[in-house]
Amino acid sequence: MGRAAALAALALLAAGPFLPMGGTRDYIVHVVIQIFIWSFIGQAWSLMGRFGLVSLGHGAFLGVGAYATTLLWNFYGLTPWVGVLLAVAAAVVLAFVVAYPCSRFGIVGHYFGLVTLAVGEVIRLLIIAERDWTGGSLGVTLKAPDEAASLVAAQFADKRVFYYASLAIWLGGLWVWRRLDRSMARSAMEAIGEDETAAASVGIHVTRFKIGITALSAALTAVGGVLYAQYITYVNPETLAGIGVSLRIVFAVVLGGMYSLLGPTVGTAITIALAEYLRVVFGLKFIGMAETIYGLLLVLFIIFLPAGIWGSLRDLARRRRAAAAPAAA
Amino acid sequence: MIDPIFLAEAAVNGLLLGGVLALLALGLNLIFGVLDIVWIAYVDLVMLCMYLVYFLVMAYGWPVWLAGLVGLAFGALLGVGVHWLIITPILNSPPVNQLLATGGLLFFIQSFATFLWTTDHRSVRLALPTVEVAGMFLSFARLLAFALAILAMLGLYLFLTRTFIGTAIRAVAQDRGAMALMGASPQRIYTVTSAVGGAMAGVAAVLLSIQYSVHPHFGAAFGPITFMICVLGGLGNMVGAFVASFIMSEIISIGGVIWSTEMGYVIAFALFIVMMFVRPGGLLARRER
Repeated sequence: MGRAAALAALALLAAGPFLPMGGTRDYIVHVVIQIFIWSFIGQAWSLMGRFGLVSLGHGAFLGVGAYATTLLWNFYGLTPWVGVLLAVAAAVVLAFVVAYPCSRFGIVGHYFGLVTLAVGEVIRLLIIAERDWTGGSLGVTLKAPDEAASLVAAQFADKRVFYYASLAIWLGGLWVWRRLDRSMARSAMEAIGEDETAAASVGIHVTRFKIGITALSAALTAVGGVLYAQYITYVNPETLAGIGVSLRIVFAVVLGGMYSLLGPTVGTAITIALAEYLRVVFGLKFIGMAETIYGLLLVLFIIFLPAGIWGSLRDLARRRRAAAAPAAA
Repeated sequence: MIDPIFLAEAAVNGLLLGGVLALLALGLNLIFGVLDIVWIAYVDLVMLCMYLVYFLVMAYGWPVWLAGLVGLAFGALLGVGVHWLIITPILNSPPVNQLLATGGLLFFIQSFATFLWTTDHRSVRLALPTVEVAGMFLSFARLLAFALAILAMLGLYLFLTRTFIGTAIRAVAQDRGAMALMGASPQRIYTVTSAVGGAMAGVAAVLLSIQYSVHPHFGAAFGPITFMICVLGGLGNMVGAFVASFIMSEIISIGGVIWSTEMGYVIAFALFIVMMFVRPGGLLARRER
């Protein structure tokens, strides 16, 4: 039954942009694209977060990815299709620079969070400081291509292209999550998350696993950043690097639940939908209200439902089933 | 080549900034040392106190010193409020959850402030003169803030070493379990610590509000540097935090004159990252492992 439901949901998503929604179709497609992209980034974050490697600086990888392709395209005319590889490589190098010393010198918990937070700020400030070619706080607009070169520039006027691209990438993220969840690496990472010394004593290569998972997470985050930049065609240090966006990623994931497959998606969908709802209903009068509400929700969730919305629902369903099973037998 | 007088001026300004940063770092560090929790929203509490001082002085015409005292009391109240409402229920949760809960508070305060007071920059306008010392122009407000910050830190030191409750706070910071075995109530100590930490935020707010304008993203501007100072000095290590604040503020100030303000911060943060690897326990930590 679960499989049938998943297939039906997938079919619905695939048909999404062609459903009759009247004049609001473009808007809804736009919101859904954002949900897919940020959910994918949230999934990438939770690959680390669920094992106790709480990064408060994922904006760094996002920013490196988005700025790498954008600047390569604007200044050298390098197509983002190649640019994305370089962006991922840059993010992986950065991940290595952060993760190697962190795992060698046993920087965990609070300290890891604060170091990554510093990394995120460094990237944001570097982008602002190098304003001659990054545009500083004002950001950069991606150069618009000629009519024929839209494929080379990976900029498309039709939102549906991005819809399918982001859907595909989101599914890819789910697949990576699933793969990891069923692999030996997961057990190893869980052991490391519980107790590093004990894990090392049974022969788990702590440093290798930590660097691997950080690099994977950083690479996926950079891909998300590139896709977002290509879609919005504008990059800005506040929306793509630094503490603000880093915390936003974390919050969406925690809200949905970082230990479950669909948790990041549920959390992202709720936060984006809430922000859009308040924006549409109250307009510019209530600037800040959406974030006020989800800041409050977040505090309440951590206190009362630390497994997140989706995680808690799933646990509840599982317990129900466990309670019902003996009665049926 | 930069005129040496500008460098000297930057160095003195860095010193003056360091005093206020040290105050922030000590308040945050006190809470961390006792409760083992980093209040990510600490500087946002400072921001709330700054708004209070601003409104009392500019809208109601209170004298600054009186508004300052109210700001201090409000800070203490906020500290207790945060502890009772947010920290107490999750005292035994994983550290990550505690970090995220105060992070949620940060978002809440920041956005609610945007909602209530918009993103306008507001400053308490005091007609304080500029002082000329040996060819350097120094703002009197900064000198005053520095002096008061040093006084406040002295007060904190005396409180922690000379009073019974202060000694108890230090005892809890050393060993939580043993303290409970001695029959002291950790809950009461926690509340007092949060109040003192909050009051430090209040004092810092008063001193900051006479030199900087307040806006909803004030916490985002001063928050990261405050955490870095605490970690650089060694979380919970008071002397370390004190030394680290001056190192960081000098780097920011002098780097700002030589390159740009952002580069000053980049260098400070980069130094922080490097130092984390060289001395993960903090500047003054003795190697325990």
